[in-house]
This record gives sequence, C-alpha cells and structure tokens, in this order.
Amino acid sequence: HQRKWVETAGAATASRAMDKEYVGFAALPNQLHRKSVKKGFDFTLMVAGESGLGKSTLINSLFLTNLYEDRQLPEASARLTQTLTIERRGVEIEEGGIKVKLTLVDTPGFGDSVDCSDCWLPVVRFIEEQFEQYLRDESGLNRKNIQDSRVHCCLYFISPFGRGLRPLDVAFLRAVHEKVNIIPVIGKADALMPKETQALKQKIREQLKEEEINIYQFPDCDSDEDEDFKRQDAEMKESIPFAVVGSCEVVRDGGTRPVRGRRYSWGTVEVENPHHCDFLNLRRMLVQTHLQDLKEVTHDLLYEGYRARCLQSLARPGARDRASRSKLSRQSATEIPLPMLPLAETEKLIREKDEELRRMQEMLEKMQAQMQQSQTQGEQSEAL
Amino acid sequence: MDPMRRFPLPPCPSDPQPRTPTLRDAEAEKHCLKMSNTVVVLWLPPGQSGLGKSTMVNTLFKSKMWKSTVQGLGTPTPQTLKLQSVTHVIEEKGVKLKLTVTDTPGFGDQINNDKCWDPILGYISEQYERYLQEEILITRQRHIPDTRVHCCIYFVPPTGHCLRPLDIEFLQRLCRTVNVVPVIARADSLTIEERETFRRRIQHNLRTHCIEVYPQKCFDEDINDRILNSKIRDRIPFAVVGADREHLVNGRCVLGRKTKWGIIEVENLAHCEFPLLRDLLIRSHLQDLKDITHNVHYENYRVCRLNESHLLPRGPGWVNLAQTPAGPLAAPQPSKVHQQAQEDSEDGDEY
Repeated sequence: HQRKWVETAGAATASRAMDKEYVGFAALPNQLHRKSVKKGFDFTLMVAGESGLGKSTLINSLFLTNLYEDRQLPEASARLTQTLTIERRGVEIEEGGIKVKLTLVDTPGFGDSVDCSDCWLPVVRFIEEQFEQYLRDESGLNRKNIQDSRVHCCLYFISPFGRGLRPLDVAFLRAVHEKVNIIPVIGKADALMPKETQALKQKIREQLKEEEINIYQFPDCDSDEDEDFKRQDAEMKESIPFAVVGSCEVVRDGGTRPVRGRRYSWGTVEVENPHHCDFLNLRRMLVQTHLQDLKEVTHDLLYEGYRARCLQSLARPGARDRASRSKLSRQSATEIPLPMLPLAETEKLIREKDEELRRMQEMLEKMQAQMQQSQTQGEQSEAL
Repeated sequence: MDPMRRFPLPPCPSDPQPRTPTLRDAEAEKHCLKMSNTVVVLWLPPGQSGLGKSTMVNTLFKSKMWKSTVQGLGTPTPQTLKLQSVTHVIEEKGVKLKLTVTDTPGFGDQINNDKCWDPILGYISEQYERYLQEEILITRQRHIPDTRVHCCIYFVPPTGHCLRPLDIEFLQRLCRTVNVVPVIARADSLTIEERETFRRRIQHNLRTHCIEVYPQKCFDEDINDRILNSKIRDRIPFAVVGADREHLVNGRCVLGRKTKWGIIEVENLAHCEFPLLRDLLIRSHLQDLKDITHNVHYENYRVCRLNESHLLPRGPGWVNLAQTPAGPLAAPQPSKVHQQAQEDSEDGDEY
C-alpha cells in the first residue's frame, strides 16, 4: 500500500490529501539509499607513477586492506627487460553495511627503464578500451547488467625528490588528462621539510597550469553549506597536490594512543595527523565526499567526450540512407548503431532494428487509420 | 692508512708564492708531512636531480670536522646546470688538504636516458688525458697538476626496492674508470629496517652485475686491510642525509633537517651514516683513493691510449701519441697489451 501510494504521488490531487498533511515524497531519498545499498558501489582506481614512491603502501593505508600481499618485487636484472604491464586487482570492502567493489589498476614498470619513450601508451590504450567496452555494452540490446569497468580516477604519484614535474610526468599527464580524472599526489612526503613541501606544491601547480593539464576539479561548495564544511573544502583544494605518507603499521608513541605511522630514530610520522601529511584530506576527498562525483564526471564528461569523438570519426555513408527512410527516426545522420562490433553482427542488428521500425510504422499507420475512422464516425453521428 | 707510509708528494702548484724558507718552515717540515693534496671528488648524478648532491657538498664542508668555517656556503643551491667545482684548502694540525668537489647536474631526467652517462665518462677521461699529456712531455714539470677524479660518489634514490636499470648501466661503466662509492641519498625517507633491506638488495645487485665498488676486494694488500675494508664493504652503500642549516638540539648547534616530527641530525650515527662516508673519504682512505686512481685506473687508461696510438715507447722519454679519440674509451683489455708487447718486441728484434 505504501509503495503504491508513493508511485502515484506525482498525480496526487487535493482529494487524496484527506488526513495527511504532506504528500510523502520526502521519503524518496530513503528509497534511493536502499536501492543503492542493495546494488552496492563499484569504483575503479588507477595508480601510476614510477616505482618506489609508496603507491602500494598508500593504497593499503587508504582502504585498510592488504591488496599487495602476494606481490613479488622483480629483481634488478628482471627490470632491465621489463615493459609496462597493466594489473587489475579487485577487492570487496564493507563498512557499516555499505559494500564497495573496488578495482585497483596498477602500472608496474612505468618509468623504470633507461628509455621510457612512449611507455604511457599501454595505459592510454587500457583506459580507451574500457570506454570502448562500455560503449559497446550501452549500444547493445541487453543493457540490464552493464559492468562498469571504466577508470574513475587516476592517482598520479610525483617524486618528492625532484624539483617538480619531470618530462616523463608531463608526457604521461598530457596523454591521459582528457580521458580520466587525475589527482596528483606527492608520494613519500615525509622526506620533505614543511617549507620544501610548500615550494614543491607551488612548483607543481605552476607547471600544471603552464602545460595546460586538466586535473580533476573539485566542484564548488553549495552556498547553503555550513562554514565548517566550506573551510574544510577550501583547505582541501589548497593542499593539491596532496603530500601523502602511507603506512599500515601501528606504532605506539610513548604514552599516547597507538597510531598508524612510520617510526624513525628522530621521531614518528603519524599518517593520520593533518600537520604531518595530507593523507586525511586525500581519504576524505576520495572516499567520503567525492567518490560519486568522480564517477559522474567520468560518465558525463569524459565518457561522453570519448563517445562523441568515436562516433564522429566512424561515420559511414550507408547509415544516412537508412536514417532518412525511417520516419520515426529522431536521430542525426551521423548516428550509427554499434560501430565497433564486427561487421556481420552489426548487419544483423541493423536488420533487426529495421524490422522493429517497420513494425512500429505499421502500428502507427493502423492507429492513424483507426483515428480517422473514429473521427468520420463521430462526424457522421453528429450529422445525424 | 698511515700517510707517513707514502713518499711525500711535491707541493701543489697553486700554493701561494714561494717565499724564502725560514727556520720555522724547516722545522714544520721536519715534524709533520706537509701534504697539499688535491682530491677531486666527483659527485655523480643518480640520474635524477633533487637527490641532495649540492647539499652534500655543503654538508661536507660545513661539518664539524674542520676547525675553520668555509665561506660562501650560506646561499641556497639553485639547480646545477653544468659541472661546477668547489675547491677549499683545509688545514688540520699542520696538514693541509686541498679538496675539490665537482658537482654535476642531474642527468637522467629525460624520458630517454640512453647514453646520459657519456658526459660524465668524458669528463673523467679528459682529466686522465690532461695528466697523460703532461706526463709524456719531454721536458715536463716537476709536479704535474693533478685534476684526476679520485673518487666518485654515486647517489642512489631511496626507492626501497633495488637498483634501477639506469643505475646498473651507469655503475657498470663508471667502475671501470674510477673509484665509485655508492650512497643511498635522502635516506631520511627510509626507516632503519627499510635501509637494511635496501642495502642488502643493492649489495646483491652489485654482486650479480659484477660491479666492483670502492674499496675493491682485489686491491686489499694485506690481512689488516682486508679486515678493515670488509667492515666498510658491509656497510656500503651508506645511507646519508645532507643538510646545510643548523638547528639547536639540546643546547648544541647541529646540522640537520627540521621536520614536524623531529630533527634529523646529520652527524648523529643513529640518524644517518654521513659521518661514516666523510671518515672514509677523508680520514681513513683518502690516500688509498689517490693511490688506486694513480696506479690502477690511470694506468689502465694510459695503456689503452698507448695501444690506440699503436706506438709504444722506443726509448726513455720518447712517446708519440695520436689524437684523443672522441667519446669514452672501452674497458681496458690486458690480453691486448700482452699481444702488442709481443709483436713490438718482435719488431724491435728486427732493428
């Protein structure tokens, strides 16, 4: 009863509002929440950067898992001939009843060899393949269970030992910035003194502007948010690129409570201390506040851009004729169903769609004929 | 390494104007060895800029070992763009040391770093060539100015994994021409356990790729040397941290890096191994570095060059060398020397 009532809430009239003061669609968010929770969330995160910058440790710290348990670090001699590979790891994390299916895409071998020319091409190809797969699924007939394997976010690790972005960093970022949300991160930030961190962040921001690299832009706060939230948001935006330190070890520092950190002989770095590093900001941004926005930007902006480019570049002359034949077609001449599938399947699907259109056309003609009939009958009855 | 063991070297040509020796000078010479050595220490790029090489230069000169402070090191170091040399004459207990440190720009920053080691090897060969040219003159100077590189410090970035392909390529080529001491740079990003693991891995990599770093096993002269050097070899590469600013710690003024969680003291052995590096270079193995450079590396270079010129000395003081070939030389091949010697001795018999 409750459900039926809510479904027709849009059509509710004053007559129905007998003893209820409100219509009841305030419960809509709860429905969304329930459905989302049941469906679960999925998120694909890519980490890129040269080896030894603390990528694996940071991922383990962020999600409090041990995704790299069985990892074997390649020997130096193996690295001499290593090429870039793309590795995918999946893990299901649950917290407070919310399930997240996290897919991690790793790029071991990036920036390792003496000659790193074009070493970013496999990564670009991987991202585009995911878009292609989604495009194919979306244009398919059965769209019930589309698996979204698109990369929603790329954490790019910059070395704290350099003086800003190196040529390889710039080349990689330029190759992927129109295809994936980039969040630049300074790894192993405990190697830097506070002034050095600020100077490095400033340098990186300037370089990003100079090279016209579009990193992920945080959406602005709504004006009705409270001051605290706005302040936090501004702080977060100020600290990009995030200078992070990762650790999965818990250390007991004197009499204080145990914290996650790295113990040195001169002190202990606390991972979750905002004065020590930006780990908390990154985690808040990535997981707590902007995960959904990252997915939306990937879908609405980056994927649509890819789709438009793809379809425009594959316009075929035959499709225009078919489109003009169909009266019901509201699509533009360049719209082609399924450009990426092999030819035989495409032809079959086009034929099926043609059949569907013909049937609908017949139905419409029938309906028109019926309407005309009823109209003439009505006129006749009026005349009588 | 007792400096008295070696024969006294002639005074450096860039000493102040020679004045008439007084009695005090004579006494001074009697009591201690007036060593004006030139040690050219080439700081090598690990393939990347920002690993603290220039800071290390400052740390070395600012460290409390020297009684006198060295001037002109207060300014922050900009990015090194070309080979720059800093020379200081330091004196301690009547012993003078002229230390030259050459800083190099960060090579290996590009996307394609193939052959980025050529400028460095070229520089080293150039110094050997200069010395050789002086040595083969008919009337040569009594003391040949020695600008040869006696030691090369290679900075390995603290990835914590193992040596990178670029490091291996670099080191393989360097070790054949100069004494190399690898160090783990910016070691304040590694905990003590991580440093040990990294060190063991690097040592394993060096063994696998047959890279002989200083102190080389084959040049240990006697059992004492071997014991001493084994201890050093166990600790190489040293995990160093460089700093050129001073901070107050427990009432003392120390060189260090100040972070929000503590101050890293450069001269504290519990924090980093910079004192070990400094002692190796200057306190204990300085003369040995020079000897090996002169007796081994320079001789190898000389043999190579003489082979290339296809002429061996026909008599005392007569050598004619062809022009220096461009680019770094190949590794010395002792078998060629024997062959050439045999051929020439046959030639010689004909005359």
